[in-house]
Amino acid sequence: MNRGLTPFNITALVFGFAFLYVPILLLIIYSFNESKLVTVWAGFSTKWYAEALSNEALMGAAWVTAKVAFISACVATVLGTCAALALARFTRFRGRFLFSGMIYAPLVMPEVITGLSLLLLFVAVGMDRGVTTDVHAPITLSKCLVAVVVQSRLLSLDPSMEEAAQDLGATPARAFFSVTLPIIAPAVAAGWMLAFTLSLDDLVIAQFNSGPGATTLPMKIFSQVRVGVTPEINAVCTLLVGVVTTGVIIASLSLKRQEVKRQRALGAATA
Amino acid sequence: MLKRLGKTAVIWLPYLWLAIFFLAPFVLVAKLSLSQPAIAMPPYIPAFDFIDGVRGWWADMQKFSFENFVFLTEDALYWKSYLSSLQIAAISTFLTLLIGFPLAYGMARAPKNWRPLLLMLVILPFWTSFLIRVYAWIGILKKEGLLNQFLLWLGVISEPLTIMNTNTAVYIGIVYSYLPFMVLPLYANLEKQSPDLLEAAADLGATRVRAFWQVTWPLSLPGVVAGCLLVFIPAVGEFVIPSLLGGSETLMIGRVLYDEFFANRDWPVSSAVAIVLLLILLIPIMLFQRSEAKAREAER
Repeated sequence: MNRGLTPFNITALVFGFAFLYVPILLLIIYSFNESKLVTVWAGFSTKWYAEALSNEALMGAAWVTAKVAFISACVATVLGTCAALALARFTRFRGRFLFSGMIYAPLVMPEVITGLSLLLLFVAVGMDRGVTTDVHAPITLSKCLVAVVVQSRLLSLDPSMEEAAQDLGATPARAFFSVTLPIIAPAVAAGWMLAFTLSLDDLVIAQFNSGPGATTLPMKIFSQVRVGVTPEINAVCTLLVGVVTTGVIIASLSLKRQEVKRQRALGAATA
Repeated sequence: MLKRLGKTAVIWLPYLWLAIFFLAPFVLVAKLSLSQPAIAMPPYIPAFDFIDGVRGWWADMQKFSFENFVFLTEDALYWKSYLSSLQIAAISTFLTLLIGFPLAYGMARAPKNWRPLLLMLVILPFWTSFLIRVYAWIGILKKEGLLNQFLLWLGVISEPLTIMNTNTAVYIGIVYSYLPFMVLPLYANLEKQSPDLLEAAADLGATRVRAFWQVTWPLSLPGVVAGCLLVFIPAVGEFVIPSLLGGSETLMIGRVLYDEFFANRDWPVSSAVAIVLLLILLIPIMLFQRSEAKAREAER
């Protein structure tokens, strides 16, 4: 039967994942290269890490980026969860069509358009470009991602639990915070992580919207990469990949444990 | 009462945000595309002021000029860039489907307890910086890069290939960066398909290949459409990939817009470029919204 691991399926998996991972692995391997020539192996060394970590301009940019990403991820998560609730719970309200349109459109909108249009808004209201505009820039996109992630969780949720809480006298707000929110928490957390990495990564929108003194790490990397590949940039990239990967793995493991616990509790309750 | 208040807040908070930070800016772009450049900061003469009142608006509107749009049709660079962006995006989308479909198929047919791990492996690059993933290819595709070293060592080629700074490099970059966007909707679709259908097809005498084309493929079309749109639409306006991997032959409109804005500092023309790009993408974007809304309805 066409199920399981036929040779075709194994080939597809191996080839597909090799394509996804080999370039990043090569980048990581060559960040430990002794030679200044990125593509010629000359022995193992961690000197580029030392160099990158002591590069004040790079580290300053990293710090700005982390701050910007943290704040914008928090705002995006609150707004995105609200939007998800609105879409999942209220099937009809005035302007719902436009609303859902505005949730999906930013996901595919070319970044040059989003960046340019936001900049014009900031200019129109007379806002100086800097860290504040940097924070605003990625929120619109990342909040839509949060909305999509949280919405699918909400749709698969049985509304009778929240109704039961309200029947027992809880206000809608209380029912939300003590029943619904704990259940959708993994999705909200995943949304936050997505929003955080998205703004950590955002280059084009930031390029349009940041001003002097608010250079982010991707902007810094981009301007150096245009000149050429250096092992120092390889080292910075490896660090960034390492941080994000560790974060994602820890988050998904802890969410999984939580999910297992919840399933077990549910099983015990219904047994 | 309290319930009404909660509902109002939940809807209007994100709604207002999107209206201010997503919808209103487009009006500004449209407005700017109709104005004249100036040597100042901001580098344009406003074509429309909201504080002027109705009479003032009328006067302002008479000053609207379509000169920027006329300019776009006169200079071949622009329409050539639009066409070549569409072409590059279409070819890359097709290649992504060609690689993504077998991968999603293999994932959906893998043993059930493997699937979460495989899914995680597809999502993980998605979290990794886009810029870094594109950058990783520079070291591979360069003339003295790892791919050429490898092929020379194998003896497949005797001269290093020129891939970097060509359209081929741009295709590779787009396929690589957008592959997860293709695989995720395809996997979601393929995983839901019941294997009984294929068994039934086999019982009725269909070969595997025939069962695939007559059962699996038609059923997976919603996933294919969603995946292709998720790749195609952003790829048309892509800026990072053509500017890092592409060469002078690579004409892409995202790059033109960026250069118009940052190098020429012509904000009105870059706004006009953005408006035309938006109009071109309007139909694919609406298709994407419809397919997403349908998918959500199915989940309900």
